[in-house]
Amino acid sequence: MDFPFLTVITFIPVLAAVVLFLMPDETKLDPRADMARITTLKTGYRSVAAAATFISLLLGLWIFFAVNQFYNSGETSLFFFEDGRWNWVPQLGIGYHMGVDGISAPMVLLTGLASFTGVLISWGIDDRPREFFAFFMLLVAGVYGVFVALDVFLLFFFYELAIFPMYVLIATWGWKVTREYGAMKLTLYILVGSVVALVGVIAMYFVAKDAGIADMTFDMVDFMRARDAGVYDRTFDLPLGLGLATFAKTWFPFIFIGFGILAGIFPFHNWSPDGHVAAPTAVSMIHAGVLMKLGAYSALRVAVMLLPEGAKTHLPWMVFLTLINVVYGSMIAMVQRDFKYVIGFSSVSHMGLVSMGWATMNLTGMTGAGIQMFSHGVMTALFFASVGMVYDRAHTRDIPSLGGFWHRMPVVALAFIVGGLVSMGMPGFSGFVAEFPIFVGMWQAGQTIAPYYAVIAIISAIGIVVTAAYVLRIVQRIFFGEFDPSKWHDEITDVTVLDKLALGILVTWLILVGVFPSIMQPMVSAGLEPIARLLGGA
Amino acid sequence: MDTLELLVWLIPLPPLLAFLIILLVTRGNKLLSDIVAVAAILGTWGLSLTVFFNAISTEHLGEHPLRAAFTWLPLGESVETSFQIGAMVDPLTAVMLFFVPLTASMIFIYSTGYMATGHYWTEIKGGHGHDDHAGEEGDDHGHEMVVDSAGRNLVRFDATAWKARFMALIALFASGMLLLSVADNLLLLFIGWEIMGFCSYALIGFWHNRVYPNQPKRITPMFAGIKAFMTTRVADVIMLLGIAWLYSYTGTLSFREIMYNEAMLHALESSAFPNIVALSTLTVGGVIGLLLFAGAVGKSAQFPLHTWLPDAMEGPTPVSAMIHAATMVSAGVYMIIRMYPIISTGFHGHGFTPTMQIVAGIGAFTALFSATIAVAQRDIKKVLAYSTISQLGYMVAAVGIGAYVAAAFHLMTHAIFKALLFMGSGSVIHAVEHGEEHAHHHGHHFPIDFDAQDMFNMGGLWKRIPVTAWTFLIGGLALSGFPLVTAGFWSKDEILADAFAHAPAVFVVLAIAAFLTAFYTMRQIGLTFAGEPRTHAAEEATQTDWRMNLPLIILAFFAITAGFVGVHQDFPVLGRLLGENPFHHFVGGALLEHPETLAFSFTPLILSIVIALSGLLVGWLIYVRKPLAAGQEDPLKKLLGPIHTLLENKYYMDELYDWAVIRPSMWFAEKFVYLFIDRGIIDGILHFIARSVEWMAFRNKDFDTHVINGGADQVVEGIGGLSDSFKYVQSGRVQQYLAVAVAGLLMLVGVFVWTLFLR
Repeated sequence: MDFPFLTVITFIPVLAAVVLFLMPDETKLDPRADMARITTLKTGYRSVAAAATFISLLLGLWIFFAVNQFYNSGETSLFFFEDGRWNWVPQLGIGYHMGVDGISAPMVLLTGLASFTGVLISWGIDDRPREFFAFFMLLVAGVYGVFVALDVFLLFFFYELAIFPMYVLIATWGWKVTREYGAMKLTLYILVGSVVALVGVIAMYFVAKDAGIADMTFDMVDFMRARDAGVYDRTFDLPLGLGLATFAKTWFPFIFIGFGILAGIFPFHNWSPDGHVAAPTAVSMIHAGVLMKLGAYSALRVAVMLLPEGAKTHLPWMVFLTLINVVYGSMIAMVQRDFKYVIGFSSVSHMGLVSMGWATMNLTGMTGAGIQMFSHGVMTALFFASVGMVYDRAHTRDIPSLGGFWHRMPVVALAFIVGGLVSMGMPGFSGFVAEFPIFVGMWQAGQTIAPYYAVIAIISAIGIVVTAAYVLRIVQRIFFGEFDPSKWHDEITDVTVLDKLALGILVTWLILVGVFPSIMQPMVSAGLEPIARLLGGA
Repeated sequence: MDTLELLVWLIPLPPLLAFLIILLVTRGNKLLSDIVAVAAILGTWGLSLTVFFNAISTEHLGEHPLRAAFTWLPLGESVETSFQIGAMVDPLTAVMLFFVPLTASMIFIYSTGYMATGHYWTEIKGGHGHDDHAGEEGDDHGHEMVVDSAGRNLVRFDATAWKARFMALIALFASGMLLLSVADNLLLLFIGWEIMGFCSYALIGFWHNRVYPNQPKRITPMFAGIKAFMTTRVADVIMLLGIAWLYSYTGTLSFREIMYNEAMLHALESSAFPNIVALSTLTVGGVIGLLLFAGAVGKSAQFPLHTWLPDAMEGPTPVSAMIHAATMVSAGVYMIIRMYPIISTGFHGHGFTPTMQIVAGIGAFTALFSATIAVAQRDIKKVLAYSTISQLGYMVAAVGIGAYVAAAFHLMTHAIFKALLFMGSGSVIHAVEHGEEHAHHHGHHFPIDFDAQDMFNMGGLWKRIPVTAWTFLIGGLALSGFPLVTAGFWSKDEILADAFAHAPAVFVVLAIAAFLTAFYTMRQIGLTFAGEPRTHAAEEATQTDWRMNLPLIILAFFAITAGFVGVHQDFPVLGRLLGENPFHHFVGGALLEHPETLAFSFTPLILSIVIALSGLLVGWLIYVRKPLAAGQEDPLKKLLGPIHTLLENKYYMDELYDWAVIRPSMWFAEKFVYLFIDRGIIDGILHFIARSVEWMAFRNKDFDTHVINGGADQVVEGIGGLSDSFKYVQSGRVQQYLAVAVAGLLMLVGVFVWTLFLR
């Protein structure tokens, strides 16, 4: 692989941000005299953003199918499309190393889908579009970076790079009522989580260094070497004479939950609905669709993969947290009055299934979780896009006030119904391909780990039933029923062609994966196989 | 894969294609959409018959079914554990391929006629609702707006507006059922199962804007659809857990590999909870069987999840025929017949297992329970709805006592005569609605809440719609089990004979239910067709659409003849004449363990004849010999007193669920989970921390102002000056933030490039 695909994918959005920054500022122009020029400029900003995300999406698609092909042809390499590894700050052992495997390649594709469709449905943003898209590009670059980074420090670098523009985007372009609160809550939660995780990773680095691992750096490969050498299974003395402790077992919860906060793990999920609701539509799409996967992905990549002994000790109790996520999130979603909060809490519920999949510690359940990351990402992006389209026209998200929007925007209604079917886990859509293996994995864990896994599977089924309830409630209250034209000041019009294109792209993938799971399932499974083997579940 | 096996795969395809074609291409043209849908289902029928005749002429089809499979969802580590998706035709599927496309074809043809006329009331919000529908097909400007007693603005809405979409949805529905029938594994079966679940939601709620004047509390189609979907969803999730367990235990979901595999069946006999003494007799197969059975309880509307089915009558009548006869509810019974070896794990011809006892108990109870409700209903479709639940109870009970061949037999005959009855009732409703419009033109005044489905608004229809009346009578007699000449008699008799031989308690319950069945059927026929018309609408009722009459005649033929394939071989004269019970020998080969042939006995036969005839006789005495006059109350009301009220209100099950399940869970979700835990405790802690930090910051500031002031003033002022020059960074201008961000990023990139390449 001579062409640095991953670096290009990640830095094209950065380049776009720079270009946007160098473009003339439309607010400096006189709106009365230069209207035509202002319009041209705004179209220019949007086109730059669309072009950048589109190129990244195409490259991501290429990567996705290429990785698929590698696995199908029986390659056993751990990572593909590697860039680097190059030293960056050699004194600290920080390097530049990128690569993808069967777990991250779908995530790269997901990021491409969510960012490109996000730009499409943000076409109408009229308030300082240059800055909006520039920050949006930085956010996208950060997200890509996390998924492709193979150096743990680089991973943190991109992680923080994603959070900073998030704050600005929400606080500036968000919903006026809660945007400052939501942005602050979100940023603080995630920062605290990432700091905790970072401390853990630094500890891992120094422990390995002290244990005499040659040329120890922050590179994932070095950490894996240290893991295989048994460094993290060693015991150390606790301070104050508290006795002995195993490194992996002590640090696992901090690193896992530190990242898990971004995956909305109970009881640290509360930033997510507030943050999603406060964010502008495209940001909600990226945020719930992709950013939450950063948490789940990093928790797997750093905590589970590098500290398997810790995972074996702690995941069997953390599975209870994931159960709460699933049931609790869906119940709260059912009683919301605000359309967007329903979707916000549904994400808490569905992301619980991802963590639950990790907690099964066998290949079947973990593969389900890997697909659920993709499926939920596309589905939630679709949901938030639909919410945004309704809100932009009705200027309210109060469920009892809405109704009959199917008459005015049939494509949105149809897309939302498809999203709803995915979220209920209907066969033929990606949600089933994701959720069914998770449940099978839970049963298997009930036989291999502890019988209560089966009980948890049964209780979490409540979450699936309640999901059907809130999805139908929204479909019926917002899209069906009678439309009341006297209620709205503006004419409620159908969505634009670009909006329809965005919805179409998302719907296509939900159905594609649902009908042909073999385009994604084998690669995710192959990527997870080494991790599952470490956990004794493959 | 030879041609025949390929044909099996093709069976579900034509309706699926019809669905897509109508939705994408012909939805603007009703006639073309009708043609596409009917052509598709007739094509499927042709394919099915080809496969069917090949299947019945194949020797030992049970051992060597037609089969074709490929890998769909690779799961686990190896090819062996991945999900194969395959189609298979064994004797049981062959039976399904006989009656499903037959009834579905009739329903499709009938639909083209049924959905061609009609109106219903819809609410118009915002006063001048008409502009809302401007330009939309089916808007009906000819009718004026009225205001009902609940203060709603109502107009008549054209029920035919979305006909093309209707044809598309029932085509998808049929496709789901056929997929389920030819599936060779539980996963594919489940996919067909869920397709039907979604279609039932969309079709029951098809007239989603319909409301009932003066009855704001009455359930509307929209809510009925949601109710059906949610109830069956609860059951489906339990079933999915069963599938997950079965898969993780056996490593496969293929019917053949589980049911035709002695080692596997034996493995399922091990104890499910070896550590819990009280439950140690439960086998793994038994518990999985119960979980799967829960799915059938939802889909086939067994107690206690039956409440969705009567409300599902809100859908257009062809949908009722589709859901309640040909497809969806049959799917549940089909599944448990298919899964019989698992449900009966540990049963070797004697001593019913706990799972079987539960299945038989629920089936028998449901059969009687809903038969009693049917006795007191006024709505012509509601009677049939409860009768469907009751008849499904027979089949479930039959599976529970090991008589799965009898269950399959009754499944087939019931699908045929129940489709006939539903379509007959639709024909009656249409006739009365037409009569209402005619009478309206002749100057008769109707209240806006005139109910064309209320049997007490009918009467005397025998002369007005003879084709419907005759075919309905045949269907009704088949349902009652009228001896010798109806299909229902032979299938019901087989269940009763089995119950008599193996489970006397079940026999008693089913026999009482059989009496009630005959009685309420005669009551229905009497109220609808006998005597003189009780309203002007009934007086002028007409129905002459051949598209609706032809399917009735065809199905009436099968309602008489379909039973002759399953006559007991030792039945006097007929047994020999009709080929020694071919149905039993054919379907019995579907499983590894062939069912024993029950010895012929006269006692249950005579009992069931007496019961059916006496039920019909009592009904005839009350409702046909002395037909009700206009405005006369149901004689049963005086006879039964308060019990009648209880029955009429369906034992208040809906109210019970609302009070005991729905309200508490909504309260729990909102007040406890959301407001108390999420917003109260979790956010409370967070806000407390935030406030504390803020408080401490202010105390620090006070400390700073009062204590460290003075001496340190100079320093502070110096810092203040410095901050003054820095504060411009915090400008609140996003452009500037962006500049800083980009600059910072460029610096990092610079450092990176420098360290990497230049140094």
